Amino acid sequence: MSKKKISVALTGLNNTDNPGPGVPVIRGIRESAEFDARIIGLAYENLEPAIYMHDVVDKTYQVPYPSEGADVLIQHILKIHEKDPFDLLIPNFDAELYAFMRAEETLGKAGIRTFLPTLEQFEERHKSNLPDFGEKYDLKVPFSKPIFKQEEIEELKKDFEYPLMVKGKFYDAYLAYNTEQVRMHYNKISAKWGLPIIIQEFIKGTEVNVVALGDGKGNTVGAVPMRKQYITDKGKAWAGITLDDKKLLDLTDHIISSTKWRGGMELEIVKSFDNELYIIEINPRIPAWVYLAVGAGQNLPEALVKLALGMDVEPFTEYEVGKMFVRYSSDLITDLKEFEKLSTLGEL
Amino acid sequence: MKIKKNIAVSETGFAFDPTGGESYSINGVGQEIITLLKEGKSPEEISSIMTQEYEIDAASFEKYFYDFMGMLRQFQLIEEDE
Repeated sequence: MSKKKISVALTGLNNTDNPGPGVPVIRGIRESAEFDARIIGLAYENLEPAIYMHDVVDKTYQVPYPSEGADVLIQHILKIHEKDPFDLLIPNFDAELYAFMRAEETLGKAGIRTFLPTLEQFEERHKSNLPDFGEKYDLKVPFSKPIFKQEEIEELKKDFEYPLMVKGKFYDAYLAYNTEQVRMHYNKISAKWGLPIIIQEFIKGTEVNVVALGDGKGNTVGAVPMRKQYITDKGKAWAGITLDDKKLLDLTDHIISSTKWRGGMELEIVKSFDNELYIIEINPRIPAWVYLAVGAGQNLPEALVKLALGMDVEPFTEYEVGKMFVRYSSDLITDLKEFEKLSTLGEL
Repeated sequence: MKIKKNIAVSETGFAFDPTGGESYSINGVGQEIITLLKEGKSPEEISSIMTQEYEIDAASFEKYFYDFMGMLRQFQLIEEDE
């Protein structure tokens, strides 16, 4: 059977110590037995490693940050599409998703397929909305509260016991043992990601994660749970192992079926010492460790492509338990000419 | 007292808990005890087998055996309903 030729544009090429999911998503798509994919990388920064990995990305275009205006970003993407058409777009950052979800119709009219959560799904699972989300869908979530002013930090002791978690609205999470530490993290995170800062009850236990894909009709196309075995100082998994835990899979099915989740997601869960599962975050996209799922038998990036293209997807029913990933860093040698080309012309 | 069914112990004494994702290294004596537990032997039967095989009296064995069981329980490797 000859492979179907497709062209896929995606972001998240920053394969750094805080990696974006772009490269593992591409690896999954490239391993597909059904697709022969041309990969178009969309880079926000000119030193995102995958730009220079020519066996991973075929062509890269630089794009403006969503903070410069969602319309500016979308218009730029449409211009790229006019010049170098692609079939579908896979955004891989939380911070850009809003812009792409809002523009789904515009992109669709231009012939660019996406497979994203709805705005309602995206909004209701926000860290700041998690308590309401937990109540609505009968899930255990830690108590949390968004704060917008430094003055609110002193008052936290009324509602929380220390230690507590201090989180950014998109990224970053730190454990704080007193008000001084909350203040320090508040300043650091708000300077980077803006407000609000989310204060969350700290649940003691083991953190486990699930990567999953929902078809938008309430069905789980695939789900693989993982426990981080080695965690970097940024809290990112540097090694992990797949788990056999029916409770985690049942919880994932419950969330996907009750929200009719559309697209990739990552559940961050704490399993407390009395074996209760607390949802601490729901990330509305595929995580950077998704290649573990591919290695364990569920090529979720390929399934996402199929869903976006409107193809039938048979849900995965199994995966290999005890499959591990160990991340590594490598020095990629490139030429100044390449860096110059991307920096001046905005493409490579 | 039963070891969870899904705990896999290799010939080298490497044990993997697929629910929690933890792995452990177990020495030869620990492996023997786990094998006997998996076979459904009672603590009394295990004590009898081990005291015949090794130079240890039943009272001393019992002390080490329940220490080991405590450790397995702490690591949640034992069936909860036992």
